[in-house]
Amino acid sequence: MADKVLMKGNEAIAEAALIAGCRHYFGYPITPQTEIAAYMAKRMPKIGGTFLQAESEIAAINMVYGVSSTGKRVMTSSASPGMSLKTEGLSYLAGADLPALVVNVQRGGPGLGGIQPSQSDYFHATKCGGHGDYHMIVLAPASVQEMADLTIKGFEMADQYRMTSMILADGTMGQMMEPVEIKNVETKTFEKPWATTGTEMKRPKNVVNSLYLEPSELEKMNIARFEKYKSIEENEVMYEEFMMDDAEIVLVAYGLSSRVSRNAIIAAREKGIKAGMIRPITLWPFPKAIINKRAEQAKAMISVELSMGQMMQDVQLAANGKCPVYLCNRVGGMIFAPEEVLAKIEEANAGGVK
Amino acid sequence: MKTANILLAGFGGQGILFAGKFLAYSGLYEEKEISWLPSYGPEMRGGTSNCSVIISDSPVGSPIVNNPDVLLVMNMPSLDKFENAVVPGGKIFVDSTLIERKVQRDDVEVFYVPATKMAADAGVPTLANMILVGKIIKETAIVSFDNMDGVLKKVVSARKPELLELNKKALDAGYNF
Repeated sequence: MADKVLMKGNEAIAEAALIAGCRHYFGYPITPQTEIAAYMAKRMPKIGGTFLQAESEIAAINMVYGVSSTGKRVMTSSASPGMSLKTEGLSYLAGADLPALVVNVQRGGPGLGGIQPSQSDYFHATKCGGHGDYHMIVLAPASVQEMADLTIKGFEMADQYRMTSMILADGTMGQMMEPVEIKNVETKTFEKPWATTGTEMKRPKNVVNSLYLEPSELEKMNIARFEKYKSIEENEVMYEEFMMDDAEIVLVAYGLSSRVSRNAIIAAREKGIKAGMIRPITLWPFPKAIINKRAEQAKAMISVELSMGQMMQDVQLAANGKCPVYLCNRVGGMIFAPEEVLAKIEEANAGGVK
Repeated sequence: MKTANILLAGFGGQGILFAGKFLAYSGLYEEKEISWLPSYGPEMRGGTSNCSVIISDSPVGSPIVNNPDVLLVMNMPSLDKFENAVVPGGKIFVDSTLIERKVQRDDVEVFYVPATKMAADAGVPTLANMILVGKIIKETAIVSFDNMDGVLKKVVSARKPELLELNKKALDAGYNF
């Protein structure tokens, strides 16, 4: 069993963050992600880091803003209702071009909703719930190993592009244990000449700010930011294909939904149906090009998601009318059994979904 | 492709999650693919607890066990809730000290083990869960019983070495029941 240990997804995120050099965590407890905070509370004091339970989610995200301004790697985590509270801060981080890692272990909504797994914050993450024109890099792990690996990757991308990386997981991914190998990797670090670290009278002062009262200046900032986003869309798309070579029924699913879809595809293949899957690993940037290409060979695509067709819209845009796109979903904390996904595959294969 | 879908259920405090973790580590020890998923929902807050464990020769898809091949129940509500979910030909392990009724299905194999009483008699009252795990391993051969010492070292806290021996004793008692 070499170096593999069993860890909860939440714990894997926390340990990976420490390996990535994060020494500042601010959060507020909420099910189903509290293990992240608990892990940080235990470890940070031992390694000279800061764990702080803020008085609210809003306070926590603004503490992230403060630490990030100094150029340090910093993170916060929450679950859906808490993420709504953090949303103002996400917009400010974007407006100030600050890197941060933000984890959302989703539960059912809207409102207080429930505490069971969900993927219904897809719009919030990928379209960005805060005000103004901005994006976040959105990473969707589908295993405990990926919870760790994408956390490290998320910190690197955040620093490289000076923006928020969001880990968009769900209650199942956070609570489940799987074997994981936390490699003690050298993480990529980036120069931060913009950080407010004190001038020592040797350079002009740095200012971190998102206020631009001169509209032409604000427009210039927005356009420059979107040029950066364009290069991310060109260079950073990540996805995985499963049984796609000859697939006619193409599932698009991320996170837990992709795990259930995997079982359904294997069962469909046993019945002679050529099913396959594109699993987005980055939800923003969304893997549009591969979906558009695969739509040419597809009889139909099915967006398999724990939300009311939020991701389906992106699949439809990417497929661009080349094939019909159907929805297979459960919400509110309910999770489809593989048989339910299989039934949808069979309907699509037979010519249409009821 | 061999896969065991295991569901363990009982009251909080009976060691259901630990039993699941032990089975998962047993699979990991043999370099199998495994997943472990606890219930963390409202039912847990009402006092019952369950967890899904999958041990497989191929990568695990969904970590949720809806229809177990192996069901362990340590209280009556769990038997009521999950009896009909077991696949035909599956195996149900019942703590017969705590569950008085019999399993009503005739298309499954049932093993009644008075684990809570055995544990109390043996002076290890908190280890009824591990007695049942011993019995599960005996009757299903999902993992090899030869590796138990090594697995226990992975699971039992290094600060409590005295628990190794007690857990082994409980596993043996179940295996030989």
